[in-house]
Amino acid sequence: MSQHLVVAPILLPLLIAALQLLVGEKRRRTALALSIASCVALVLLAAALLLEVSADGALAAVYRIGDWPARFGIVLVADRLSALMVLLTSVLALALLPYALGRWQHRGGHFQPLLQFLLMGLNGAFLTGDLFNLFVFFEVLLAASYGLALHGSGARRVSAGLHYIAVNLTASMLFLLGVSLIFGVTGTLNMAALAELIPHVPERTRALLHAGAALLGVAFLIKTAMWPLGFWLPRTYAAAAPAVAAMFALMTKLGIYVLLRLGLLLFGAGAGPASAHFGSAWMLWGGMATLVAGTIGMLGARDLGKLAGYNVVVSAGTLLGAIGLQQSAVTAGALAYLVISTLAIAAFFLIAGLLASDGDDDTDDTLSLEPYEQPGETPANESLYAQEDESRVVIPAPIAMLGLSFSACAVLLAGLPPLSGFLAKFALLAPMLDDAARGGADALFTLIVAAGFSTVIALCRAGIQIFWVEPERIFPKVRLVESVSIALLLGLCVVLTVWVERPLHYLRDAAAQLHAPANYIHAVLPDARVAP
Amino acid sequence: MELVLAAAIGILAASGVWLLLRPRSFQVIIGLTLISYAVNLFIFSIGGLRTGADPVLHEVAGNVAQYTDPLPQALVLTAIVIGFATTALFLVVLLTSRGLTGNDHVDGEDGTP
Repeated sequence: MSQHLVVAPILLPLLIAALQLLVGEKRRRTALALSIASCVALVLLAAALLLEVSADGALAAVYRIGDWPARFGIVLVADRLSALMVLLTSVLALALLPYALGRWQHRGGHFQPLLQFLLMGLNGAFLTGDLFNLFVFFEVLLAASYGLALHGSGARRVSAGLHYIAVNLTASMLFLLGVSLIFGVTGTLNMAALAELIPHVPERTRALLHAGAALLGVAFLIKTAMWPLGFWLPRTYAAAAPAVAAMFALMTKLGIYVLLRLGLLLFGAGAGPASAHFGSAWMLWGGMATLVAGTIGMLGARDLGKLAGYNVVVSAGTLLGAIGLQQSAVTAGALAYLVISTLAIAAFFLIAGLLASDGDDDTDDTLSLEPYEQPGETPANESLYAQEDESRVVIPAPIAMLGLSFSACAVLLAGLPPLSGFLAKFALLAPMLDDAARGGADALFTLIVAAGFSTVIALCRAGIQIFWVEPERIFPKVRLVESVSIALLLGLCVVLTVWVERPLHYLRDAAAQLHAPANYIHAVLPDARVAP
Repeated sequence: MELVLAAAIGILAASGVWLLLRPRSFQVIIGLTLISYAVNLFIFSIGGLRTGADPVLHEVAGNVAQYTDPLPQALVLTAIVIGFATTALFLVVLLTSRGLTGNDHVDGEDGTP
């Protein structure tokens, strides 16, 4: 039974989504119950998987579909990093469900099955062990994300969705070109087999291999939103429904995951002198450029949705730069930052949605901020005033709740003490100072600190305008279920502030495992000949 | 044969990129379709070009060199199916955008008022 644990996080959402499609749109309660059951089961499965791979001395768990030998068949591989990402996905999805329950799932069709398909694609992409299935799972999750990005319709959403789909289709083409070039050179797409072969690729075809890897990298950098490839992100995320945008906060992290995985497995230190660290300088400097672009965008953002979108860009830039350094201690810190920033940004999108939504008209529901030039003027944004609706359960102090959550988010995103954002950022930054062997670490350190400072400025400015400047502003009503989602996400960050030793230990092990790819290769291909 | 195929892939890709950068959403979708043709041909050609060679083994396997590499053909089939589905989806979004904004500019608005 336990050997099927690896495939279960992919099959379960697929089955549930199919069931939900059969149940149909009319019976929402059944569909919702299925979703809740699926997400709870996914969290449990992911936790079980994580415990299994984190046992002492455990290698990566490998699942051979149809029990074909790994060189011919399709493999799924769960190592510490994959298990962590699957757990993060499931936890995020479970935390978002109450919010979607509120008003968002009624805005358009098939919200729940699309979410399940998205989960299937994400889990599959995290667990797959070969490049072509990575493409297939990517397309599964992208197809679901197109539907979710357009959820609720409206001109702004459709126009942003059009750009999003065009950009992602182009990226998929680059992905395919890269995959086929790599296949042409090596004759395999299994990641472990590739890692074994790359040091022995003849010199005359190595340039082709690098071209393929670079094309593949560009495809993932587009999804990660590296500057200048990430121009599509803030607009799409700001236009998407809040619960969807919160889930999308994880999707840029999928690009980071793949770059981290392939960068260290295929082009790590063991890839031979000609291929070692291929592309890492691009990630480092590209990450810095992304940080700068994201920071400028964040300071200039005029509405809360865009502000959240640029926060995603800043976090992607930080992570890209950090994994570009290719040092084990920095990678461990980057993983901690990845988890905390994903949770905090997701909560931020939800808060932005609650602050802006007027409950009925959903086409223009991001809260705009005042420009810098005209302090003191109140924005004439009529859509902020909530419609009366007798049927809702109104909790008595929504402003206090929203304000508290907003400031908690700001503290987490900026990386200030005392919350776990500070711990994650410290874990990320401290090793950069220890080791100045690699050029660029100092510049990245400075930029990350500067970006944190700018985050404080941008979020303080937004918070003051929203909560303090206009005492007469009528806030939209907040339903209890919606605040449950935010409380879950932020509560998890608070728990990770106190209970920090074991997770950090796990992340250090995960990073060490990533930096020693021989274990991964041996787990997939027991007969592989690689230097340990 | 290699030259003809390479030229075909190059021309398809170049036309596709040109159309992709045009302002009308219909041109964009045709551009994406052309690029996906180019990519599919590219994947097909990656296993090496052979005339009259089977990808599937006969009852007597014989010399493996008689056969062409079946894996790129399997890959291209998957790529075609996925590309077709996503293009169809894109077409629906395009039509929705046309209906909501009243024109087929990719930004939803013409430069001319």
